[in-house]
Amino acid sequence: MTTTMPDVALPPVDFSYVPAREGDRVIQFREALREAMSEEMRRDQRMFLIGEEVAEYNGAYKVSQGMLDEFGPKRIIDSPISENGFAGLGIAAAMYGLRPIIEFMSWSFSLVAADQILNNAPKMLYMSGGQWGCPIVFRGNDGAGGQLGSTHSWCVEGLFSNVPGVKIAIPSNPYDAKGLLKTALRDPDPVFFLESERMLGDKAHVPAEEYYIPFGLAHRHREGSDCTLVSFGRPVHFCLDAATELAGEGIECDVLDMRTIRPLDIDSIIASVQKTGRVVVVDQSWPFASVASEVMAQICERCFDWLDHQPVRVNTADVPTPYSKVLEAAYLPNKGRIIEAVKKTLGR
Amino acid sequence: MTGRGAHSGIYWDMPRKTAYEAKIEYLQILDEHGNLDKTLAKDTLTDEEVLSLFESMVIYRHLDEVAFKLQRSGRMGTYPQNKGQEAAALGTAFAAKKGVDFLVPCYRENAALFLHGLPPHYILLHWMGDERGNQIPQGVNCTPLSIPIGTQMLHAAGIAWAYKIRKEPRCVLTYFGDGATSEGDFHEAMNFASTQQAPCVFICQNNQWAISVPREIQMNSETVAQKAIAYGMPGIQVDGNDLFAVYKASREALDRARAGGGPSFIEGVTYRLADHTTADDAKRYRDPKEVEAWIGKDPVIRHRKYLESKGLWNAEKQAATDERAKKIVSEIVKAAEGIEKPLVTDIFNYTFAGELPAELKRQRDTMQTHSLGQDPSQVGLQQGAAMH
Repeated sequence: MTTTMPDVALPPVDFSYVPAREGDRVIQFREALREAMSEEMRRDQRMFLIGEEVAEYNGAYKVSQGMLDEFGPKRIIDSPISENGFAGLGIAAAMYGLRPIIEFMSWSFSLVAADQILNNAPKMLYMSGGQWGCPIVFRGNDGAGGQLGSTHSWCVEGLFSNVPGVKIAIPSNPYDAKGLLKTALRDPDPVFFLESERMLGDKAHVPAEEYYIPFGLAHRHREGSDCTLVSFGRPVHFCLDAATELAGEGIECDVLDMRTIRPLDIDSIIASVQKTGRVVVVDQSWPFASVASEVMAQICERCFDWLDHQPVRVNTADVPTPYSKVLEAAYLPNKGRIIEAVKKTLGR
Repeated sequence: MTGRGAHSGIYWDMPRKTAYEAKIEYLQILDEHGNLDKTLAKDTLTDEEVLSLFESMVIYRHLDEVAFKLQRSGRMGTYPQNKGQEAAALGTAFAAKKGVDFLVPCYRENAALFLHGLPPHYILLHWMGDERGNQIPQGVNCTPLSIPIGTQMLHAAGIAWAYKIRKEPRCVLTYFGDGATSEGDFHEAMNFASTQQAPCVFICQNNQWAISVPREIQMNSETVAQKAIAYGMPGIQVDGNDLFAVYKASREALDRARAGGGPSFIEGVTYRLADHTTADDAKRYRDPKEVEAWIGKDPVIRHRKYLESKGLWNAEKQAATDERAKKIVSEIVKAAEGIEKPLVTDIFNYTFAGELPAELKRQRDTMQTHSLGQDPSQVGLQQGAAMH
């Protein structure tokens, strides 16, 4: 790849090192994201963070708290309210050889930058015959944040995952968030990193030592042989709650957390479905042409004969996200719907 | 910022002639001490009109404070206070013709919408997280609040263009903040309105802060108003906390637009006295001295001083109005909270204007089950069996 900046020699990423998921070093999701960015920024001088409110205000959601103090205003940059502007500037910086981190306060706001992030970043390498790479990470909150109304509650993964040339990570917990973001920051291609406002305060063990989680590798949170539950991001928690309740009734679910949907670890899904014969896909975006639809299509293509019941998906309702608390709750996937779905696949 | 204000306007040291020259004027009629420039005030607002607008200011300031408390006590969602910007909203909207002209707001000009007939409880309902607050009643000419930054300016340009095409003598007023001028939509709306000579008045409430980003970080131009020059559009900077100045500038812009003179840009210099929204704490990034200085320029204080100096206002009248404000606001809150909770199946009501497609009917009917989108027969339900 040709860039006008000399490449920086970084120690290779060691994906073989997998530290314990359990432990007593408990931090918030937002702190895990911050640690990932800070660790990589200390190592790589080319890296910088730009977005609305990221510097002086410490981030609208306090993800970048303290980073201005450590890295200074040249690397932690407050932008005017110009999403298309800073997305495009970031892409140019990546083409030039820098390693930008672009924070969208919400992925809902990325829609005004759609031409840059969908029509430029993922195609730059391809269209320049491999000359201009685009090692850039776009990150921010995705999904219904809790009564933010239709325009601010986007789940962009359904729409954006259709585009070749991007990688999309959607962590469900602090441990994965840190490991996946570190991998994203080392990736030579554009990565969309989808966080959830509803999970930024979630606390869990995150090991002190550095680690990387490879893209395209699902994590099995729970083992079971009756039904496979496939999800990613926040709804993984609904799946786990449902699985716990179902276990009380003697139904054991295999709960797979995809962690990245581009690339998608379809092999792990197929292996699990070949074991259970049943699958429920839980996805908090709209049903039509969603990640859930894609997963179900691939299951049908690859292991139709192993299925004992047609694949079932749990999505949101196919309407704009409601603003009302009552309606928003009815619109989103939840534990109850997942339990119903699993029972249907078992004929109960 | 480097450079801003440091230049004489001469940047190239070479032989040249002037290709274009422009200046931006500033209008203030009522200063912060309540002193009126009588010459400039001629043919602006009558005493009666100032009194009535001032009373609105007091009432809506009270509503604004109550809205903040509703959020703090968990009775309302995130709310952006309007405090300090009432004159900019009222002065502009008062210049427009109610029921004729059209308002395209963002979310910090409640008083303008109320003046044009929007029932105030609609705004509370909106921030309580109920789309029914956006069901603008027939005869009220405004769009719902626009939460994405700056997108509404293009809608305004479009509505204004339509008025021109239809040869209707109507105008559009659109509101946005200083931060919104950094969005691409601002450029496109200004250029469109100007090339089409659409009867649109662009009102920038320059309240100095876009959440935590001060205006001088947001842009490197001395004024916001000068941006109009690039689009070949009249632009003016006015004291946004001065009803007279805001009204006069808006009136002239509207008259010009109605007479076929195209769009105008008004920068109202004002200040967001409260936080960006209830989810923000401006104390963390604003100098208290700056806030203090702007409290001195508060439109409520300034207009009260003016009215008192003319013998039109006194402590008793203030007390009576405060009392009246409390009653009115408590009725507004009651109206907003008195509305029944929506049914969960209501989420399907407004996805399409026409008949609900079969696919969505299925989803509605299986709402309580796992399988939004699946055929009910596949999940053990009778076709069309509604579950509420």
